[in-house]
Amino acid sequence: MQLVRPRGYLPSYVYRGIKVITIAIEYLVLIALCGFVLMPIGWMFTVSLKPEGVPVFTIPPEWFPTRYWEWSNFVEALLTPTRPFLTYTLNTLVIFSGNVIGSLFSCSLVSFAFARMRFRGSAWWFNFLIITMLIPWQVLMIPQFLMFHKLGWYGTYLPLIVPAFFGNAFFIFLIRQYMRTIPRELDDAARIDGCNYLQIYWHIILPLCVPVLTVVVVFLFLGSWGDLLGPLIYLDNNKKFTVAIGLANFATRANPNNNQLMAANLIMMLPPMLIYFFAQDKLIGGISSVGLKG
Amino acid sequence: MQQALSSIERRQPRVKAALSTLEKKEERAAYLFLLPWLIGLVFLMAGPIIASVFISLMKWNFVTPPIWVGLGNYQRMFFDDPDFYRSMSVTLRYTLMSVPLYMVVGLALALLLNRKLRGMNFFRTILFMPSVIAGTAVAVLWSMLLNPDVGVVNQVLRFIGIANPPRWLSSNEWALPAYVLMGLWSIGGGVIIYLAGLQNIPPHLYEAAEIDGANSIQKFLFITLPMLTPTIFFTLITSLIGSFQVFDGAYVLNGRGARRGALLFYLLHLYNEGFRGARFGYASAMAWVLVILAAVVIVITFRTSERWVYYEADSGR
Repeated sequence: MQLVRPRGYLPSYVYRGIKVITIAIEYLVLIALCGFVLMPIGWMFTVSLKPEGVPVFTIPPEWFPTRYWEWSNFVEALLTPTRPFLTYTLNTLVIFSGNVIGSLFSCSLVSFAFARMRFRGSAWWFNFLIITMLIPWQVLMIPQFLMFHKLGWYGTYLPLIVPAFFGNAFFIFLIRQYMRTIPRELDDAARIDGCNYLQIYWHIILPLCVPVLTVVVVFLFLGSWGDLLGPLIYLDNNKKFTVAIGLANFATRANPNNNQLMAANLIMMLPPMLIYFFAQDKLIGGISSVGLKG
Repeated sequence: MQQALSSIERRQPRVKAALSTLEKKEERAAYLFLLPWLIGLVFLMAGPIIASVFISLMKWNFVTPPIWVGLGNYQRMFFDDPDFYRSMSVTLRYTLMSVPLYMVVGLALALLLNRKLRGMNFFRTILFMPSVIAGTAVAVLWSMLLNPDVGVVNQVLRFIGIANPPRWLSSNEWALPAYVLMGLWSIGGGVIIYLAGLQNIPPHLYEAAEIDGANSIQKFLFITLPMLTPTIFFTLITSLIGSFQVFDGAYVLNGRGARRGALLFYLLHLYNEGFRGARFGYASAMAWVLVILAAVVIVITFRTSERWVYYEADSGR
C-alpha cells in the first residue's frame, strides 16, 4: 500500500478546484437538509393560519404563510372548553415544576455522596446505579400503576411527580460527573471552618453546580413536556390533561379541524424549540457529556 | 457514560482496614445522602420488579380478585395471540431497519457538521432543532405530510417523476418504512453525540497521518472510525433499547388511520392489553418477554464489543 503520495503531482489549481467543488457540494447538502427540517414546520405554520374552509393541501404546497393570517386558530386551540390547550399547558407546567423540585433535591443529594464522600461500597453502589439505567421501565409500569392506584393516586399528578423525589439514575450520574471536577480543597477548607456535610453540600457545592443543574432542568422540561404514556395511564380527566395527551386526543378524533390541529401542534412544538434556542449550549453540552465523559 | 458502562466489570481493589471514627461518621452521612435513591430503589424498582413476576402469573383485571394462572399468560402469548407475533415482528423489523440506518446517517451528518465551514453553527442549530420536539407532535405533523393523495411528500415524489408513490401509512408494506423515515427528521440528538465523539479525537493523530501522507479516506478508516468505536457502541446500545420502546408516535398514527396492525409496536400492544383491556397479568407477562429479549440482544452486543470497540484508556501502550 502506497501511503506517500507525491504532492504537486497535478497542477495546484486542480487541487484548489477540487477543494472549492467539495465545499460547494457541502454547502448544497447543508442547505438541502435545512430545507428538509424547516419546510415541514413552515407548511404547518401556513396551515395553522388558514381560515376554515380554505384548502389545507394545495398543489404546489405552500411553505410560508402569505395570504392568510387567521390567528384566531391559535386562540381557539388555546381556549376551546372541550380541549383547552392553555389549561393543558399550565397542567404540564405543574407536573414539570414538581419534577424540578423533586429531581434537583434528590439527585443532587445522592450525587454529592457519590462524588465527594468516601464510604465502603461506593464504587459498587455506583456501578449498580449505572446498571439500573438499563432496566427497561416497561416492566415497572404495571406494578407501579397498581401501587399508585392502591394509594388512591389515580387521576392525580402524584404518580407523575412523586417518583422524581427518589432520584433518577441518569441525572445522578450527570451531576456526579460535574461535582467531581470541583476541587476537593473547598470541602476541606469548609470542614476546617466547622461545616458539616449538609452545610458543605448546601453552601459550597450546590451553588457551584448551577450549570449542570440547568442542564437537568432542561432535560426535565423536555421530558415532562413530551411524556405521553405517563399522563395517558394516570390521568382520566380532561381538566387535568397535559399538552401531549391533549394533542394526541385531538389528533386521533375523527376529522379534526386541521387548521386548529396544526395550531395546537405548534403550541406543542414551540416551548421546546424556544428552550432549545436559548439553552442550546447547555443542552448540546449535556447530551455530549452523556456520550463522552465518565 | 461509555466508560462507565465499560468499567462495570472492572473490580475495585478491596481495602480492609479498620475505619477511624471520622471515617465511620462520613460513611453514615454518605448513606443518609443516598437515602432518597435507596428508598426509591426498594419501592419504585425492586418491589415492582418482584411484584411484576407474580402479576405475570396471574389473571387480574383489577376489579375482581386476581386468579393464579401459572404460565397461562405466557402460553396464551405464544400460542393464542396473533397480535403478539405481529407486534413482535413490527418491532423487530423496525429495529433492523432503523438502527443501522440512523447510525449510518447520523455518523455521515456528524462528519459533515464537523467540517470547519463558515456558518456551521447556524446549520447545526437548525439541524438539531427537531430532536427536542416531542414524538407526539412529530407524528401529528408527518401524518399530514405523508397523506398518500394530497400530502407534501407524495407531491414532491410525483414532481420528480414517480407516478405511483407509496401510500405510506395506509399501506401494509410502507407504513413501517414511513415511520422509519419520519424518524430521520429528528435524528439530531444522535448526531450531537457523534459530533462530541469526533471532537474528542486528538488532532495530533491526524497531523501524524498527514505527515505520513494519508489521504482523507485513509484518515477516516484508520483514525476516525477506530477512535469513534466507543461512541458508536454507545449509540448502538441506546438505539437498540430505544427501538424496543417505540410508543408515542405509533399511538398517534394508529389513531390517525394508519393501516391496521402495520404499526402495532410491541409497547403499544402491551398498553392496549394492560390499560385498555385491563389484562394486567397478561401485559406484565408481555413486559417480561420484552425485557428478556432486550437483555439477550444487549448482552450479545456487549460480548461482541470486546472485538471491535477500542478504549484508549484500556491500552497501556
